[in-house]
Amino acid sequence: MKTERSGRAKLVLYGLLCLLAVPFVFPTWWMVTSSLKPANEIFAFPPSLWPGDPSLDAYGRVFDFAPFAQQYFNSMYIAAVVTVGTLAVSSLAGYAFARIRFPGHNALFLVILVGLLIPSEVTIVPLFQMFNSWGMIDTHWPLLLVPIFGAPSVLATLIMRQFFIALPVEIEEAGRMDGLGRFALYARIALPLSRPALGAVAIFSFLHSWNLYLEPVVFLSTPEKFTLPQALTQFVDAYGGPMWDVQLSAATMSALPVVIVFVIAQRQFVEGLAHTGIKG
Amino acid sequence: MSRADAPTAETGRRTRRPGGGPRPRKGWTARRRDLLAGYLFVAPQLLGSVLFVLVPLALVFWYSFHEWNVLVGSFEFTGTANYERLAADPALPGVLAATATFSAGLVALNLSLALALAVLLNQKLRGTVVFRTLFFSPVAVTLVAWTIVWRFLLQDDGGVNGLLSAIGTDGPNWLRGETTAMIAVIVVQVLKNVGLNMVLFLAALQGVPHELYEASMLDGAGRWTRFRRITVPMISPTILLTSIITVVGSLQVFAQIDVLTGGGPGTSTTVLVYYLYQNAFQFHDFGYGATLSVLLFAIVLVLTVVQWQMRRKWVVHED
Repeated sequence: MKTERSGRAKLVLYGLLCLLAVPFVFPTWWMVTSSLKPANEIFAFPPSLWPGDPSLDAYGRVFDFAPFAQQYFNSMYIAAVVTVGTLAVSSLAGYAFARIRFPGHNALFLVILVGLLIPSEVTIVPLFQMFNSWGMIDTHWPLLLVPIFGAPSVLATLIMRQFFIALPVEIEEAGRMDGLGRFALYARIALPLSRPALGAVAIFSFLHSWNLYLEPVVFLSTPEKFTLPQALTQFVDAYGGPMWDVQLSAATMSALPVVIVFVIAQRQFVEGLAHTGIKG
Repeated sequence: MSRADAPTAETGRRTRRPGGGPRPRKGWTARRRDLLAGYLFVAPQLLGSVLFVLVPLALVFWYSFHEWNVLVGSFEFTGTANYERLAADPALPGVLAATATFSAGLVALNLSLALALAVLLNQKLRGTVVFRTLFFSPVAVTLVAWTIVWRFLLQDDGGVNGLLSAIGTDGPNWLRGETTAMIAVIVVQVLKNVGLNMVLFLAALQGVPHELYEASMLDGAGRWTRFRRITVPMISPTILLTSIITVVGSLQVFAQIDVLTGGGPGTSTTVLVYYLYQNAFQFHDFGYGATLSVLLFAIVLVLTVVQWQMRRKWVVHED
């Protein structure tokens, strides 16, 4: 509710917002700055907000302790393939469910929607057994296939369908007059117009894959095949205690690409995710 | 499809309604081609859903009737033995209590904080976009990275207790106490994702017609009354949507618990997903793991259906 406010009320409001923002912003700030501090300064109290003697020393050690470049590449390519795969699968299915009245489309849509009710945590035991019998344990296949076809992709299909339903059919008339087939109508007319929905699906499926943790922990055992979330937990010393400076450098690097995209494309990012209403 | 086919394709489309009468032969082929396209378009998603969602779901039920230890290599039909074991499992009441506490705490804190932040950001105030970005920013940070940082801040000599001692109180060793560990995992998870619900609420608040507030102000309604009588009913569809998403999401939380507490201290933060993981992948007991999966599925299903039913009661309007 928007009402005019006095100067003092505004000040109180700003103060409240600043105070509330601390637990949201400080951890990230602290992660980035501490990764540049020498190990003893990380524990200093009061915590220094800026490294006294910034050094990239811990960043170098990340690559000594683990095949981090390989793990980084794994996360990147898996998230990229999952994103492209989800976009293709969900836009095709979403388009067909919105536009083509083939017999049984309602029943088939319901069959697919069931996937929304079944988080992959519920099916992890049989999934393990299936991938095991296909010889796909300790490979990246489960991390690619399950998100591209499972619950996240079902949500994406739902979003694409809603979008295509709202898109006026008349737009396709001209194309149909020109004798375009279904695939051409989809690829050349509908798809270029659906950029906002595709953007939302892309951001959401990339983030989902990037953050995936249970699946890599269950399916992967070789460090060279790990993805970032799993790799981040492995930086421990001989006694099992975390090596904080190395771990924070690795954590900072893992957060970097998404945070950069967030800063550049903030609006699309926020609205895209709000659009998908992903789980929290 | 050739150019000559186009008009018939059009006719085929128009006569698609039930009782449309016999169609010209050429129209049939074009229509058939269109229907075939429909099936081909949905095929990847449909086959994928069957293979990676529905078949595994059926298998979960099937496995739950078996004694199956992966290490020993045993696989034997044992009827309802796993379910009897579930009912008698001395750890289960604690696990369910932890799951209920975690989910209830997470949903309550997440939704109320999201709504409070959205109301604050919906004021006529410069710079709210900046604050929206700040509150949303943890969503962009890798989940495990966010959790690792909090594990550091929550140590006995970490940043949170440093801050508390600066204002003159001694903080507990957060991750070592049963209650405080539970509070910690809830708060860390809420801070990570509350920005999503906040944005949803903000969009809903901006859709509430201004005239409603003006009318009620003329009636002399106070700020709180206006919030309760106008805002909440008007955004109730969004409240329902976000609460369903948040409840189901809360039952899937695994990484944060694994990294922050490992289910401890004791079993105080061992929620159902974590217990399932331990049984199946640490104790290699797939049969009992599958039984716990069935329980998890049942809980997700019941909660979703119950909330969906509740919409009739308190959601004022839909779309």
